[in-house]
Amino acid sequence: MSLHTLTIQQLRDKLRRGEVSAREATQAMLDRINAVDGKIKAYLWLNPEDALAQADAIDRAGIARPQAGTPAPPDGKALAGVPIAIKDVINVDGQPCTCASKILKGYVSVYDAFVIRRLREAGAVLLGRTNMDEFAMGSSTENSSWGVTRNPWDFDRIPGGSSGGSAAAVAADEAIAALGSDTGGSIRQPAAVCGCVGLKPTYGRVSRYGMVAFASSLDQIGPLTKTAADSALMLGVLAGHDASDSTSVPQPVPDYTEAFGKGIKGLRVGLPKEYFIEGMDREVEAAVRGAIKKLQDLGTEVVEISLPHTDYAVAVYYLIATAEASANLARFDGVRYGLRIPGKDPIEMYGKTRGAGFGPEVKRRIILGTYALSAGYYDAYYLRAQKVRTLIRRDFEQAFAKCDVIVTPTSPTAAFKFGEKTEDPLQMYLSDIFTISVNLAGICGVSVPCGFTSNPKLPIGLQILGKPFGEETILRVAHAYEQATNWHKQRPNL
Amino acid sequence: MEYEAVIGLEVHVQLNTASKMFCGCATEFGAPPNAQVCPVCLGYPGVLPVMNEEAVRKTMLTGLMIDSEIARFSKWDRKNYFYPDMPKNYQISQYDLPLCKGGVVEIKLEGGAIKKIGIIRAHLEEDVAKNFHFEATSGVDFNRAGVPLMEIVSQPDINSPDEAFAYLTALKEVLISGGVSDCDMEKGQLRCDSNVSVRPVGQKAFGEKVEIKNMNTISGVRRALAYEIERQTAALKKGEKISQETRRWDEAAGVTTVMRTKEYAHDYRYFPEPDLMPVLVSDAMIEDIRKELPELPEAKRQRFVKQYGLPEYDAGVLVADAMLATYYEKAAAGSKNAKTLANWVMTELLGKLAEAKKTIAECPIAPEQLSELVSLVDSGQISGKMAKDVFAEMFATGKSAAAIVKEKGLAQVSDASAIEAFVDEAIEKNPKSVSDFGAGNQAALNFLKGQVMKLSKGKANPQLVGEILTRKLQGS
Repeated sequence: MSLHTLTIQQLRDKLRRGEVSAREATQAMLDRINAVDGKIKAYLWLNPEDALAQADAIDRAGIARPQAGTPAPPDGKALAGVPIAIKDVINVDGQPCTCASKILKGYVSVYDAFVIRRLREAGAVLLGRTNMDEFAMGSSTENSSWGVTRNPWDFDRIPGGSSGGSAAAVAADEAIAALGSDTGGSIRQPAAVCGCVGLKPTYGRVSRYGMVAFASSLDQIGPLTKTAADSALMLGVLAGHDASDSTSVPQPVPDYTEAFGKGIKGLRVGLPKEYFIEGMDREVEAAVRGAIKKLQDLGTEVVEISLPHTDYAVAVYYLIATAEASANLARFDGVRYGLRIPGKDPIEMYGKTRGAGFGPEVKRRIILGTYALSAGYYDAYYLRAQKVRTLIRRDFEQAFAKCDVIVTPTSPTAAFKFGEKTEDPLQMYLSDIFTISVNLAGICGVSVPCGFTSNPKLPIGLQILGKPFGEETILRVAHAYEQATNWHKQRPNL
Repeated sequence: MEYEAVIGLEVHVQLNTASKMFCGCATEFGAPPNAQVCPVCLGYPGVLPVMNEEAVRKTMLTGLMIDSEIARFSKWDRKNYFYPDMPKNYQISQYDLPLCKGGVVEIKLEGGAIKKIGIIRAHLEEDVAKNFHFEATSGVDFNRAGVPLMEIVSQPDINSPDEAFAYLTALKEVLISGGVSDCDMEKGQLRCDSNVSVRPVGQKAFGEKVEIKNMNTISGVRRALAYEIERQTAALKKGEKISQETRRWDEAAGVTTVMRTKEYAHDYRYFPEPDLMPVLVSDAMIEDIRKELPELPEAKRQRFVKQYGLPEYDAGVLVADAMLATYYEKAAAGSKNAKTLANWVMTELLGKLAEAKKTIAECPIAPEQLSELVSLVDSGQISGKMAKDVFAEMFATGKSAAAIVKEKGLAQVSDASAIEAFVDEAIEKNPKSVSDFGAGNQAALNFLKGQVMKLSKGKANPQLVGEILTRKLQGS
């Protein structure tokens, strides 16, 4: 078995048994990237020497392979020797961090994000940086300033977005796992269309410190993995309170795999009636209905629920997210770092720098957000959106009184073709229709493979949503479903 | 027609916390450019703010001192505008829910009447960086960026430049006595913007208001307001309209000039800061802070008059600087002559400190040492003239007065028999003066006194010399 095809758990077992070294595992990934990334272009930046040096350090410290007589590696080294890809929106000290934007061309991070510190402490090997939509704004990775990433299942199609590079890297076995960020579906949707597992944790579960903000009240970092068990393992490393992120919640972190043994018998699975809508792709609907049937077979009880404010979610999202983004992206001005195009005064410098540095979708959203916050419009747009956001959150609270998890399609369609939606931003925005409410409500959600379209063969994702800090439950359902199916084992032919 | 001015002041105060508002960087003034910065206060990609609780506490303390209502729920907002001194191009501030609402600062008018100046609000925000302009380029020093900045907004209750001056002086005293800021205007720790309008006396509606910026001293504020009120009044008298605008005070030229007109007013697009949680304040927290409330300057002034028997003026000088007041109180604690001690502190000590460019905190003479010096004079052990020399020596060396007196053999001779010997010698050596005195020439007495002092090398107690000399001359 080739090392690059392994899951975290499988690789970890081999490392622990001493069958392979961290260097060998890392070298295997670099070889794989060398072989296939020319076609896929998941990575924006790689530093093989640095990755191998990290691996060597782990081998030397003997933290992947237990010392003679000790049964397991020391606590807290959950990812010792495991190569992981990082979305280009998360700061890694000494590495570039461009957010796939020309405005950050040449910018090198001066510090580690909280999650990067956690990964390093857990012994992970940071492989390289993956492609994304510019500043995480998009659903297809077509908004990257550095070119598109191709879906490993069909090179004419998008890998989803904005974490398209991370999803494609995991699906194409170019990384054992990857970090992404999810503001409106940016982990779950690419995971669905690339055929891997993508988890958006509850808002506040994982520190945002060091992730370049798109929409601060919606952003969360999460893992993209090959299995639900790997997702649980990664979350255990990433989650926890961080004093440097005031929105991080001091909630204890459980062992997310511990509950796997319990099975899912008796759990109530909610189906929102508003989500199974006219216009959903038939094969997607069939796959999701099949998955629901499977969950019933596994002993769950299916109940219909209602999320009555669903129709407003896209509008609310594009007011709140763009308003926050308009302020968050104001710091890219050419004064302190990144691109600078000189002008005769600061205003001209700002205009030239931002005009040349930002792509069209980023500009569109900055203008939208600026407008929504402007004097005379604030009450009608931003404030109103916040009120409806509260209603959407309440929808979920009420729904979760009747069920333990909610199940929906992750995306209304499988991967679409390049250019298919770039001319119509609204169509592009609607591809996040099932994922957006989750960020607005601040709850958690995971996407797992649940089937394929027939021609061409493209992955379909099932979204499982949970209560705030209910990751244990949704991962338990995802794992049980995985055990009963083999969708997640299928890999594209590369 | 008579016109009156309506003035409201916005005061920005840098709080003297050890670290910045939203990161751990130091706040000390005068470090080399960009030496006290980190990714957070430089607005690097991906960083997040963490609230400085001490700054919030100091703002609440200020609120309690000026009788504000402390908000049980307040929040942070982003104020959006682009400027190179803004690391994030938004400032974290407080918009509609400030930490402190309402309040009052009392000022003393000429003639002693008290006027209450209302406070609208006091809120907390982060300071911006400082721009420097060179020949062809500009530079930004981010040391100041992120220093906790409290903004105190007054009601338009101020009606003259002198009232504005009195308000700023009173507010500064409050802030210093609370230990929340050092209020050094030269270091930019206290800055003031002003809104001023003029209306015919008796008219209720406000005139069109003008904002004045760039007033760097409290007396600068007074001059700028005087100029602006005169300018507006003259314009109105000529039948012109005042336009709502922001003007800059030019200290050197003594005029205000237009900075920007209403059309160019910013739309700051305030919205709640999503990176920070709201500030929740419990009654218990407020009670805790209330326990630390210092004595307010006015109350302290009155106490000084009563407790130490000082004139109003002296009490005012001592209380104006909280540390000086503390110094004085320590010295006065063991003294039987608090009034003389106050003179020493106000003239000799402050004079020497100014000469040496030192603050009271750096004073080489301990309060107890100064007290000892005064008691040496009071008990006649040294003369007032000697005391000045001893004081200079104390200031230079830090030694105690007693030690210096002993070391230099300065102790005043108050022994009558020793003085009598000097007197006898002087009488013997100056028969002409003795006969002049006998003939009724009073000046001869002073000459003889001088001779005695000379013989005693200045150490003889002058009072005793006078007594003995007169007695001897009259007796002979």
